[in-house]
Amino acid sequence: MSRIKSIEELEKLRETIIEKQKARKLSIAICNGPGCLPLGSRKITQAFIDEVKKQKLTDKGVEVRATGCHGFCAQGPLVVIEPQGLFYQGIKVEDAPEIISETIVNGNIIDRLLYTDPDSGEKIPLEKDIPFYKSQQRLISGNNRLIDPNSIEDYIAIGGYKAVSKVLSEITTEQVIEEVKLSGLRGRGGAGFPTGLKWKLCHDNPGDTKYIICNADEGDPGAFMDRATLEGNPHIVIEGMIIGAYAIGAHEGYIYVRNEYPIALKRAIRAIEQAEKYGLLGEDILNSGFNLSLHIVRGAGAFVCGEESALMSSIEGKVGEPSQRPPFPVQKGLWRKPTVINNVETWANIPHIINRGGKWFASMGTEKSKGTKIFSLVGKVNNTGLVEVPMGITLRSIVFDIGGGIPKGKKFKGVQIGGPSGGCIPEKLVDLPVDYESLTSAGAIMGSGGLIVMDENTCMVDIAKYFTNFLSEESCGKCYTCRKGLQRMHEILTDITEGNGKEGNVELLEELANVVKDTTLCGLGQTSPNPVLTTLRYFKNEYESHIKEKKCPAGVCKELITYSVDPEKCTGCMVCLRNCPADAVTGAKKQIHHIDPEKCIKCGSCYELCKFDAIKIE
Amino acid sequence: MELSGIQKIIEKNGTHRSALIPILLDIQDEYHFLSRDALACVAQTMDIALVDVYRAATFYKYFSLVPKGEHLIQVCLGTACHVRGAPGVLNEIQRKLHIKPRETTEDKLFTLETVNCLGACAMGPIIVMDEEYHGQMTVSKVDKLIESFKKHEGITKDEQDKKH
Amino acid sequence: MVKLIINGMEVQAEEGWTLLEAIRWVGFDVPTLCYHEGLTPYGACRLCVVEIGKEPRSKLVSSCTYPVEEGLIVRTHSKRVVNARKMIVELMLASSPQSKTVQDLASQLGVQQIRFKVEHEDCLLCGLCVRMCAEQMMAKAIDFAFRGGDRKITTPFDMKSEECRRCGACMYICPACQLRCDGPQAEQDICNACLQITPECLKTYDDVMCYLTTCGACLKQPETKQKETKNNKS
Repeated sequence: MSRIKSIEELEKLRETIIEKQKARKLSIAICNGPGCLPLGSRKITQAFIDEVKKQKLTDKGVEVRATGCHGFCAQGPLVVIEPQGLFYQGIKVEDAPEIISETIVNGNIIDRLLYTDPDSGEKIPLEKDIPFYKSQQRLISGNNRLIDPNSIEDYIAIGGYKAVSKVLSEITTEQVIEEVKLSGLRGRGGAGFPTGLKWKLCHDNPGDTKYIICNADEGDPGAFMDRATLEGNPHIVIEGMIIGAYAIGAHEGYIYVRNEYPIALKRAIRAIEQAEKYGLLGEDILNSGFNLSLHIVRGAGAFVCGEESALMSSIEGKVGEPSQRPPFPVQKGLWRKPTVINNVETWANIPHIINRGGKWFASMGTEKSKGTKIFSLVGKVNNTGLVEVPMGITLRSIVFDIGGGIPKGKKFKGVQIGGPSGGCIPEKLVDLPVDYESLTSAGAIMGSGGLIVMDENTCMVDIAKYFTNFLSEESCGKCYTCRKGLQRMHEILTDITEGNGKEGNVELLEELANVVKDTTLCGLGQTSPNPVLTTLRYFKNEYESHIKEKKCPAGVCKELITYSVDPEKCTGCMVCLRNCPADAVTGAKKQIHHIDPEKCIKCGSCYELCKFDAIKIE
Repeated sequence: MELSGIQKIIEKNGTHRSALIPILLDIQDEYHFLSRDALACVAQTMDIALVDVYRAATFYKYFSLVPKGEHLIQVCLGTACHVRGAPGVLNEIQRKLHIKPRETTEDKLFTLETVNCLGACAMGPIIVMDEEYHGQMTVSKVDKLIESFKKHEGITKDEQDKKH
Repeated sequence: MVKLIINGMEVQAEEGWTLLEAIRWVGFDVPTLCYHEGLTPYGACRLCVVEIGKEPRSKLVSSCTYPVEEGLIVRTHSKRVVNARKMIVELMLASSPQSKTVQDLASQLGVQQIRFKVEHEDCLLCGLCVRMCAEQMMAKAIDFAFRGGDRKITTPFDMKSEECRRCGACMYICPACQLRCDGPQAEQDICNACLQITPECLKTYDDVMCYLTTCGACLKQPETKQKETKNNKS
């Protein structure tokens, strides 16, 4: 492939690829996303490739495609057969021959591999009919299934780089910025700053050297949408960045990827190489006179580097310590030059906005929050996975309609949204619309979109302790109040969960949390007390049970619970006895067992193993 | 550790300040830890103060200043895994191996690490042993998993002895 | 020139000044710990926070690092600021009670309780020594290492540094190394001795005769003299 030298050539190439792809009669799209990979989807893909070869179907238009994330992680590994969109779940290597001979060759649907609706008990063959997908609006993530992320041609075939040719040929930098402003797009990385305005500020700053950066240092525990986007469709991010660079006048850019995401790294590197080869990056892109080169920077493992000033400091070869703003990155960013930094999901929205117009984009969502947002729906929820929904959808829709509710019929307690610096939103606010303003008023943040569902067995004091500990380890440690304040909050929370809580602890926590929020430099510090503040706001009674009654209502805090055997239910099956790592269970076959509280280390293995529900937590 | 190898890595990345972290990453990948000599060599070749190199090497979690054990156990402590019981799993591993996170057992067999999220939340709690994922972990599964590694190790050790 | 409003007063500041410089230039006092005129401001201790902007959108920023801006409204002693500073000093007292600087700050700001477990961590990680070593002594022998709760100031690998010339500048500038005065409550976690003092001069005059922020020099004198005489005897 030689460099594409003009827009006409790009269009011609697109036609050629589409023509060539018409030979593909059936595609087997196997999810190789973050959720399915550990379940062996790579081996499954290979099994399909081998089987297609074996049954001599390669020439007959059957294509096997390892794709990015399809979203429905709970049912993985997933296989979707195109063009019908037939959805198979829980696939194993052994299923490959049967799928090929039955479904591909004979056109029969294999019943046992279909998704069963838990409510009606009916089998649902097509992906689009499954409740999990029905309420979603998969603007960004929907394309993952259609392309091989390693193939720039696949991306071009679905309209890739059209937006780039549009901006480079037809519209001025000001018009691009206007369009993005019109769309109402706000940063998807956390704070929700209007993207168009950010670009405008950078554009208006004088200077020949400017930079653009893609923040792919997704560090929030329980969030993996940026990983899935970069792995599933790296070119859309690159395309977004080219448009952004053109708009602000940058000729050099960086994608900062977490080192913990080796596949995302590889894909991004490869996508840049391909784009360079095709002439979509480099000098004189599509004969427009516009130059842009992109580089990859590996993050070396520091949550705080997700903060923009820390990230830039890290690119410069220093430690990721946030710095004083102003000056803002759009004024003095990377190497003190005007810089626009946006996260993966933000960049991925840009080509859609250019292709279909800012007005179209603004038609989705609420008054102040436009477009869609990808959430990673995890925790105590049936349909774990990545979901993309229009802004303004209620939490109820996400957790119950899409998420399928709480497993094992347990009671829904709330969600933790926005990453470690987010907040816990209680069940009573389940009809809260999910947009920037509503979440902030409820004490949480949109963050990058981690959404952790919690049930009656989740202790909110423990959750607050967990996040406080996480943030205290991840704090860079510069601001005294962030470092020491978080340590002290953790200390108090530990006391409370260990039964050493005292009167006045709650008030002190609240006072300290507000000071930490007020007096720290960067976004990490300023939002770090949110888990404490929101749990105090909505779940104060749990704190009080820990402190006053020395009880953990959720049965989580080890020091406050005891395990015992329910004599009515115990069948004397010996399972707990044999598996107890501390030899704390006594008894004999078909006799009621007993747990010695002195020896018990409260690991919970008896509770999780008992089939008769005979272990009680008090 | 051969310093010529370090020199090669520096050559590849260049001596501009922004190359420091890529160089340290490459050294970590190649030698699995950052030795004192390696850091001194980097500081000297790049003309950066040794404290600056040391500061970067201790700031980022990916770097290790001591050699790691043969098997790397990573326990995911992401929020999804946490609410599903990862702390119990971690506790059990600590109890079993008598080491804390970021430590290596005395026999240099296991290094224990915690990670924040592996993006495989549907399988939580997860532990990764030498890059292989083990999902839906429970306290009772920990024992078997570690034993299986020890056993495997025992066999290979016998074989090594035979060879010598 | 940049015009801004500090505590309701219109102030002209030079472009490039920090808020702290402007505040001190007009004579207001803001407590600091990690700030030193001869060193690059770092903004670690957060004691110098001031409230900027109009409520309800106002926020606290560290005045030692925040640049002056045209039209900025600054309040150096709002309720929010004063309460925040008191909490910061309470945190410092609980972790470094042996430091005279911290004890003085506690008295100055009226911090009279410690609600956290007292520990003796000594180092406040203000970074004065790090900047002193790098900027004034041109040595770069010490720096921060690790992060979060593990953060500390050290030489590479905690070993004797080849760069260190044993000049002692780090110790000279350290606010935690300066030991407490032998006040009447020298062993207690909070001294607050200065707070107990009624200015001597008020016994004789209607006004306080000096304007030192922490009063008591005249009262302490006899005590110190007593000690000295004791020492001389022994």
